[in-house]
Amino acid sequence: MKIKALFGASVAVLALTGVAMAQAGRDQIRIVGSSTVYPFTTAVAEQFGKSGGGKTPVVESTGTGGGMKLFCAGVGPTHPDLTNASRRMKIGEFEDCQKNGVKDIIEINIGIDGLTIAQSKAGPAIKLTLAQVFLALAEQVPGPDGKLIPNPYKNWSDIDKSLPNIKIEVLGPPPTSGTRDSLHELFLEVGAEQIPAMKELKKADPKAFEKAWKSIRKDGAYVEAGENDNVIVQKLEANKNAFGVFGFSFLEENLSKLKGVALDGVEPEYDNIAAGKYKGSRRMYVYAKKAHIGVIPGIDKFMAEYVSDKAMSKDGYLARKGLVALPKVEAEKVAANVKAQTPMQASDLK
Amino acid sequence: MTDLAAPPATSIATPPRRLSALMDQSRIRARYRSEARFRSYGLIALGLTTLFLVFLLADIFRNGVPAFWQHHVVLEVTVPREAVTVDGKVDAQSIRAADYFPITRDALKAAIPGIESRSGERTLVRLLSTGAADELRARLAADPSLVGKPVKTRLLLSDDADLYFKQPSADISERAARGIATPNGTTGTVTILSSANDFADDIVRLKQVLTARLRAVETEHARLSRAGGSDSVLQRLRELDEERKELAARVSAPKVAEDLNDKLPSLLVAINGGLVKVTKLEDIRIEGEVLLPLASTADAAPGSWKIVTYAVPASNRKVSDQEVAFLERLKADGKVESAFNTRFFTAGDSREPELAGVRGALMGTALTLLVTLALCLPIGVLAAIYLEEFARKNWFTDIIEININNLAAVPSIVFGLLGLAVFLNFFGLPRSAPLVGGLVLALLVLPTIIIAARAALKAVPPSIKEAALGVGASHQQAVFHHVLPLAMPGIMTGTIIGMAHALGETAPLLMIGMIAFIVDVPQSFTQAATVLPVQIYLWSDLPEQAFQAKTAAAIIVLLMFLFLMNGAAIWLRKRFERRW
Repeated sequence: MKIKALFGASVAVLALTGVAMAQAGRDQIRIVGSSTVYPFTTAVAEQFGKSGGGKTPVVESTGTGGGMKLFCAGVGPTHPDLTNASRRMKIGEFEDCQKNGVKDIIEINIGIDGLTIAQSKAGPAIKLTLAQVFLALAEQVPGPDGKLIPNPYKNWSDIDKSLPNIKIEVLGPPPTSGTRDSLHELFLEVGAEQIPAMKELKKADPKAFEKAWKSIRKDGAYVEAGENDNVIVQKLEANKNAFGVFGFSFLEENLSKLKGVALDGVEPEYDNIAAGKYKGSRRMYVYAKKAHIGVIPGIDKFMAEYVSDKAMSKDGYLARKGLVALPKVEAEKVAANVKAQTPMQASDLK
Repeated sequence: MTDLAAPPATSIATPPRRLSALMDQSRIRARYRSEARFRSYGLIALGLTTLFLVFLLADIFRNGVPAFWQHHVVLEVTVPREAVTVDGKVDAQSIRAADYFPITRDALKAAIPGIESRSGERTLVRLLSTGAADELRARLAADPSLVGKPVKTRLLLSDDADLYFKQPSADISERAARGIATPNGTTGTVTILSSANDFADDIVRLKQVLTARLRAVETEHARLSRAGGSDSVLQRLRELDEERKELAARVSAPKVAEDLNDKLPSLLVAINGGLVKVTKLEDIRIEGEVLLPLASTADAAPGSWKIVTYAVPASNRKVSDQEVAFLERLKADGKVESAFNTRFFTAGDSREPELAGVRGALMGTALTLLVTLALCLPIGVLAAIYLEEFARKNWFTDIIEININNLAAVPSIVFGLLGLAVFLNFFGLPRSAPLVGGLVLALLVLPTIIIAARAALKAVPPSIKEAALGVGASHQQAVFHHVLPLAMPGIMTGTIIGMAHALGETAPLLMIGMIAFIVDVPQSFTQAATVLPVQIYLWSDLPEQAFQAKTAAAIIVLLMFLFLMNGAAIWLRKRFERRW
């Protein structure tokens, strides 16, 4: 009877559960972490799998913070071997790792990503200073008397007359995104420091200063466009007066529709980012557990593939995916570090 | 259930008959009007829904259908014996392990002769996908006797080259030239002299572009002059002044040689079997770089050479003039072929758009849904039967009932958290496995199935059960032999709606690690896997433009999956439906 068949099926599934529970070791590398680094790590994982290094690693996209939590949870096959991060590991995360027995962590600086502001090709050409970006996006800005007031600027020309007379409309990442952290740290904090009134505030009341660059206006001038950067690209195409904030790889891929906005006089271009001239550059990291090397097969080979010239150099496949390569000297240092499997120290993070 | 709920439609529309003549005619008319209004609201709602649906589907299909086709270069490739020999042996294994990159590169170089420069060669190689030789490799491995013989094979083009062919642009125009052209070289930088003023039109067009830019600068200048004041404005005005002067000089000077750069539309000259990219433009003379070598420096007769304009500046597109030249040459030689993209259905995920497929996600979806179905159908149906037919009505069953109804409305991410805490951390099941995904989704759809099954059981007329009891059947026999079979169509429908719900879920899978890049197609319940909606989500977030089309194509596959499931639901209902 049908009912009996159904029972049979469910018993079979329960039996499978038992089989799965018995399974212990693992022969496939597991990677978690940042969605910004995901496109690069997956490319390396695929190459690693193709070149016969072993099973293609599984790369999860959990976000930098979520990845760190999983990574630092402990040592053993149930925990991931590597984690992607769009920022450096925080000292708190490092201590968390130590506490859970993840003692030796190898840090790999895989390259540089640029945080860019872009607009439609059809839009009015514009150059911004970071101070202007701060004035356009911060929730509170210094008023005429230097005290913080709610952001009064509606149009770009209200901030500075040399800017076009169009409404301020910036599409960017939501607070959950690592890119949003970079927006605050790379653009708003630096921009705030360029403004004399804010500089004084920093001296007088560092907490209020921090609060000022860590909050973004909520009156509609800044639009949270979700985690998906392609959505921002599409919206910019449709609205030539809007600006978008996203990673350099998206700008590079959509140069047929978009142009980057020069910040403090520097265009968001590959060479400028690589040379560190562009203010919006941030480093990308991958962290590996030393204790898993030799236990989970292939981790050392995977790391070697990551730092190899064919992946990480200026002509490597990661550069074609939009990652900006490290300067040669630094890249060599990173590669040597990976080869020697030198774990990082808490003092490195301070 | 529907049969019971719908009374004959006519009873509403038929006007009541026995009305006294005095009864207000206007009230009847008002009632008719009200009904007509209601009907038109219904029609409008239906129309709007249809419109949205058509718009959505049209957009998905417009974007997605091109991804089902893929461009290849068809070339004759000879794989030399020594390239696939390992330890003096040639077998399937050594053929698989061989490096095909130099072989495909040389085959492509042979197809476009005369490319000597290293940069030209690199550009040429980039036209091919990194998986270009996969088909060749598979064919040779299947039939090692082909080694050493010329094999006609398809080499996969890269995503950008593929997109170039898929988005035929009207921006490329060509015209025959009127004068006799004399080139002074075949490679490197050449000048071409025409006996007529063939390039006069191009100069005019260039001036138009420059004039438009000048106008824009002037408008901005005028606005800022009015704004006046601060240092930054004056600074910007000075910049604009300079830009204006430069543009004005270029616009007004008629006979000066114009420099072309990649911010201006590209101008190419096709002559003597070669192609020259113009860098300096006069009305009878051009200077340019050779993209495809010329056969000779002989004079070209009027009409035998062409001037090609690409209106989109090179800096605004993904393929350079050099790549366009190569691609157009291959196409003109009939070596480019568009074929159905079978790879999309046979391959797992990849970071190269042209190599990526949905097979892994499809398998993952199938495995996950199998687990879900196997768990939640028996549990759900038995729970519903017990609650509906056997359980005593008391405060305890009331609480259970309320909780089941509440569970149906819990956000799905909560089930993911539960899965993480219970299945992964407590039971130690593997991450990213369809087994765990299925377990979590089963929790998610259980309430739906229980509610649907209870409603279906309730809809069976009590007389049937009573008749069974009346002829001496036990309660259990009455339920399992008579009520359940009659309720089955309704239960099936509810189950499949629940499964369709599970099919579209991504949020609970995030916590248990199924939002992941997985290349290998999963074969078992415990292997790492992902599901279709997750694949769609992951692809939609990648920068490569070709992934946008893949995303839409994966949505089409998901829709087909849904149609199949819903089709099955309808078929099952029709097949088992009883009327009473």
